[in-house]
This record gives sequence, C-alpha cells and structure tokens, in this order.
Amino acid sequence: MSEPLFSKKNLKLLSDPMNNSNPITVQVLGICSALAVTAQLKPSIVMAISVTAVLALANVIISLLRNTIPNRIRIIVQLVVIAALVILVDQVLKAYVFDVSRQLSVFVGLIITNCIIMGRLEAFALGNRPWQSFLDGIGNSAGYGVILIIVGFFRELFGSGTLFGYKVIPESWYIANGGFYENNGLMVLSPMALIVVGIIIWVQRSKNRKLIEN
Amino acid sequence: MMNRNGNTYTFLYAAIMVILVAAVLASVSMALQPRQKRNFEIDKKKNILASVNIESDATNAEKIYADKILNEYVVNVNGEQVDGDAFNTDLKKERAKDASEMVLPIFEFQTDEGLKYVLPLRGAGLWGPVWGFVALNEDMSTIYGANFDHEGETPGLGAEISTAAFESAFVGKQIFDASGKLVSILVAKIGQVAPEEHKVDGISGGTITSKGLEKMLLDDFTSYQEFLKKKKQ
Repeated sequence: MSEPLFSKKNLKLLSDPMNNSNPITVQVLGICSALAVTAQLKPSIVMAISVTAVLALANVIISLLRNTIPNRIRIIVQLVVIAALVILVDQVLKAYVFDVSRQLSVFVGLIITNCIIMGRLEAFALGNRPWQSFLDGIGNSAGYGVILIIVGFFRELFGSGTLFGYKVIPESWYIANGGFYENNGLMVLSPMALIVVGIIIWVQRSKNRKLIEN
Repeated sequence: MMNRNGNTYTFLYAAIMVILVAAVLASVSMALQPRQKRNFEIDKKKNILASVNIESDATNAEKIYADKILNEYVVNVNGEQVDGDAFNTDLKKERAKDASEMVLPIFEFQTDEGLKYVLPLRGAGLWGPVWGFVALNEDMSTIYGANFDHEGETPGLGAEISTAAFESAFVGKQIFDASGKLVSILVAKIGQVAPEEHKVDGISGGTITSKGLEKMLLDDFTSYQEFLKKKKQ
C-alpha cells in the first residue's frame, strides 16, 4: 500500500506535463493567459509562479474533498475553491506585500479563468490522492510556466529589444542611431504569442514523433 | 451516509460550502482591511511624491510627505477654494457629480526647484480605471513631473503607462499653448504630427490605454482650467 513519495509513477506526474502532455502545446489549454501576459518576461514569470501556487493548492483541496463532492455540482465546487483561493491570496498580499499585489492585479482574474486549473481538478484531483494531486499540480503549472517564459523571452527580446526591462540590443544597432536594426512591433501584439506557441509546437512535434496525429 | 447524488445532499453541500467560503473570505477581508487601507494611503503618498520627482518607499513615504507638503486644499470648477479634505477626496465620486458640485484637490509642494502644484487625475483605460498625479511649475503650464497608475491594464502593453520611461516623457511639456489656450498633452502614435511641446509618444500595443490617458489629461485639465488660469495671473 505505502508507496514511496517519489516513486517512478509519481515522478512521471511531474515530468509528463513538461513534454508529452504539456498543457499548452499538447492539450492547448490556458492559451488566453499565455497570450495576455507574455509581452514581457517578468509578468510571464510572475504568472507562472502564481498559477503554480493556486493549482497545487486547489488540486490538494479538491483531492481531499473528492469523496464528498456531489457529482452534479462538482464544476461549481471547483470554481468556488479556485476563486476563494485566489481572492484569499490577493487579500493577504494587499495587506502584507502591497507592491507585489500591485504587480499581480491583472493576473488575479486571469488565474481564476485559467482552463488548466479547472482541467486538472476535473481530470486528476477528483480521482487521485492529495500527494499525487499536489505533484500533478506542480508538474502541470511548470509545463505551463516553461512555455510562458519561452514565449515571453522571445516577445520581449524581439518586440522591445529588452529582457526584464534591461536593454540587450545595443543602442547603436538601431536605424534611428544609424544602425540596421528595428524592433518588431508585431511581437508585442497578441497574435505573435500564438505564432510563437505554434512554432514551439512545431519544434516539439518534430522531436517527439509520437505526438503527431494522423 | 446520505445518497451522494441525491437532491438533498447536493443542496446541503452547496449551501454549507457557500456559507463557509463566504464566512472565511469576509472575515479575512475584515481582519486585513485596516492594513490594506494604510497601504493604499502610503501608496498614494508615494505616488504624489513621485510626481514631484521625490523618491520614497513604503517605509519612509509618510515621513517625507509630511516634511515636504506645503499646503493641500480643494477648489471648485471656478477655481475658488472651498471646504474639503484634499487627501481623502475620491475623484471617482467627484467625477460622477454635477460640475457645479465637483471639488478638485490640489497639493502644493516646496521643492528644491521651487513651488509645485500637484493635480490628481482619473480616467478610464482599457480594462479599468487609470489615474495619476501631474505636477506643474509655477507658470501653471509646464509639467514638472508625472506619475500614472492603473488597476488592471495589460502587462507589457497598457500597463507601461506606470513605468518611469513613459512618465519621464511628460517632463517639460506644456499644457497651454502660447496664446493661453488649453491644449493638454497628446499621447501620439508614431508618425502622428503634433507640436513637440504638447506631445508624448504613446505605447505600442497599448493604444486604447494611451487614448484613455490622453482623454483623462484633457478632461481633468479642463476641470482645473479656471484654477490654473487664476493662479497664473
């Protein structure tokens, strides 16, 4: 009965979402938030961390409640748990680390509506024990976060010529200063997030052939 | 054990869950409110100070504010001083009032570079309200400093209005033209032609926020217009 905490099966819960069942590139969930916050690297990372905290906690709570939740209202129960958690975290941040909460303002709504969170509660936490659910939460939000950070990196680099707000492209390269380079304004707009995600999916599938559907 | 798929169980479960969650959220919110309110006040003081180019952080904002502030009062749209608490005036409520009843807060600061007048502004961005503080020189037209903030503009796009890079572009701009007519500041798209002293560059990908900010500047400077003209004389 007692299985080691980090058994092979449990570790797979962490590693699978990074590749074979990545929430964004394979399951195509959470696209809306991936598009909204990735114009720069920093908000992408903040979002990745926030989703990790909420998903891991919500997964554990739903897993603990899984034998009591009435089947017909389970989606509502999940939503209440997610929304309550997010609001709770936001309230505490506002009282104790005001600056962080100012940063997070817009993310709060986006976390509640993130389909990955509800997807994992429905598909995993409702049928598994708390520890496994916790690992699944961490794994999936990491898989989500990695894509967010990659997209954020390319969009900020090519769209604004900066990373974390610091200039990386030398000023003298710009056409305005007599150089040859110009930032690509399209990169900061939402469509480019989808195109970058598309390119990531392409690269991933060419390396991992079993993902290709016939 | 009750039937987990029965109506009674479902209703009871939903009711208990909602009451529990509501109770937890309400009590947390009540318990944390005093701290949050204080944080908001400190943040407001920090932002007002930032508009007169004084750096402060959460720990010293209150002290610096108390040191540097010269005077704070409210005026009506005719530019006459009236009774009121400038710091706690809620611009959102004032904006909803009839123009004749509206009061507008003014903060006066004595800085190393002379007397500055700080005007609080409030308008609408893309997702929610945007607001800010603009400090004017004694000529009542040249912008000495500006600080903007927002509730939920998109990070990396509209949210860029609260970055130093965007705010510093306002320094030295004029809100009145040479003939004394109010023109406010144009938040322009690249290539848009406008006199340099009345224009700052807008934000790529943040057009609606930029336009909202531009409208806020024009609307609110218009409300302050009489006061500004009186002071200028």
